[in-house]
Amino acid sequence: MATAASVTLDPPPRQTFYRHALLTRLTHWINVIAMLVLLGSGLQIFNAHPALYWGQYGADADNARRWLEIGAVDGADGHAHGKLRIGSLMIDTTGVLGLSRGSDGELTAIGFPHQLTLPSYRDLATGRRWHFFFAWVLILNGLTYLGAGLISGHLRKDILPRLKELSPANIAHDIWTHARLQFPRGEDAKRYHILQKLAYAGVIFVLLPAMVLTGLTMSPSNAAAWGWLIDLFGGRQSARSIHFISAMGLVGFVVVHLLMVLLAGPINEVRSMITGWFIIPEEKP
Amino acid sequence: MSIITRRSLFSIGAGGLLLSGCDKLSNAQGFQSVLGQAEGATERWQRLIGRNALAREFSEDQISPVFKANGSKSVDTDDYLAHVESGFANWRLSVDGLVAKPLSLSLATLRALPQRTQITRHDCVEGWSAIGKWTGPQLGPILKAAGILPAARYAVFLCADNYSGEPAKGGDQSAGLYYESIDLIDAFHPQTILAHTMNGSTLSVAHGAPIRLRVERQLGYKHAKYVMAIKLVNNLAGFGAGKGGYWPDRGYEWFAGI
Repeated sequence: MATAASVTLDPPPRQTFYRHALLTRLTHWINVIAMLVLLGSGLQIFNAHPALYWGQYGADADNARRWLEIGAVDGADGHAHGKLRIGSLMIDTTGVLGLSRGSDGELTAIGFPHQLTLPSYRDLATGRRWHFFFAWVLILNGLTYLGAGLISGHLRKDILPRLKELSPANIAHDIWTHARLQFPRGEDAKRYHILQKLAYAGVIFVLLPAMVLTGLTMSPSNAAAWGWLIDLFGGRQSARSIHFISAMGLVGFVVVHLLMVLLAGPINEVRSMITGWFIIPEEKP
Repeated sequence: MSIITRRSLFSIGAGGLLLSGCDKLSNAQGFQSVLGQAEGATERWQRLIGRNALAREFSEDQISPVFKANGSKSVDTDDYLAHVESGFANWRLSVDGLVAKPLSLSLATLRALPQRTQITRHDCVEGWSAIGKWTGPQLGPILKAAGILPAARYAVFLCADNYSGEPAKGGDQSAGLYYESIDLIDAFHPQTILAHTMNGSTLSVAHGAPIRLRVERQLGYKHAKYVMAIKLVNNLAGFGAGKGGYWPDRGYEWFAGI
């Protein structure tokens, strides 16, 4: 009796699907490490001159070219305040940007707080060493992924949107299913949908290449050899601005990416990026 | 409760562990040298794609209205102040070391040599850039006149300023006589000049009078100010901490093309 009952109550065998090739998984996790280091060391480098400009040049006196700055100013209340200025927008960011507590607990004038920088103390030289080592890691890892993805067809089959997927109706439909937190099930879970494809393609083909190319533009030796980079981005200081904006775009992507992993089933999602195997959610009856 | 500050709570969290782990790695000599491997790769890459490439030159209307003076802005030794007083009339640039014929050049001699004028962008390691117009003789012909011996591999620039560092850069910044060095590829690069004139005027004290090295494909700290002597050498031991420059001795790249 008991045996028969347990058999009928058993769920049907779970359907698994080999979602991520070994090379995709390896390059994904190497990229995670490289991006974390590049972000922390990048903020360390930014803190040496926490201001951004448009054009070929930009320094302390070039107020008209400076569109973003982070700093500490004395407020009317007699206390120092951390400030972020973007264009004409001034935001009080005391405690986070411009003025934050150092490891000694003292309020310190610094762009991004020390908890976010690599190293956590102020040291531009060491920040640069981390940054340029992991820039090589990011580039070689990215080229490996792109090369393998072109040969295997992964980029064409899985990442690049098809023309008909780009129809407004399809995009609107995908926004609607995301808004209701309805994630694909059954056969439909074996492929990426348009928003996911656009997000991944945006990172792979726009944001990461923009990071690398703007980085190379800022390098005076590289820009001497490849002068077209200076023209492509409209000057070294514009390239520095675009480098920062693209980095913030990547941070935004990672936040949404992690949120989606949490909502879609973190164990299944993370397992598939480690072992390759993804359990396909059953179709709803 | 007062003992547990936000900081200590953070420190025991995963973020804190990651941070202190990275800080420990940052301080470890072995790991520093692993990270430093990238510098060699970058140098080889940049020599590969443009060993003789020229830095971008700009037009007059692109010159920065204000060119920020950074690093030492004056030199307070009696010798230097006396030179400023006399308009560097008795100042001599010595070129020696591994050369057949050591030179001692006056400012008038340097000004009488064929001159190069270039409007270039100066990129500080901190992140800002300024465009300026520089005039001076090319370094290459001067070194050729001195007769470089085959063993010479670097040109070292010895400066007048005793420098004590920069708060914006952080890190270890003990005081020391400023110096810099470049290899012979950069020494003979057409845009490598000994500038005595900036934006059409005699180079000011704040910008490195009487001459400032321009080595246009590298960051600002390579452009040594207040140059007093140039020594041709086989290796960089024997100057400062042996890394080839004031800032390289304090952790910055010797090859500052990035």
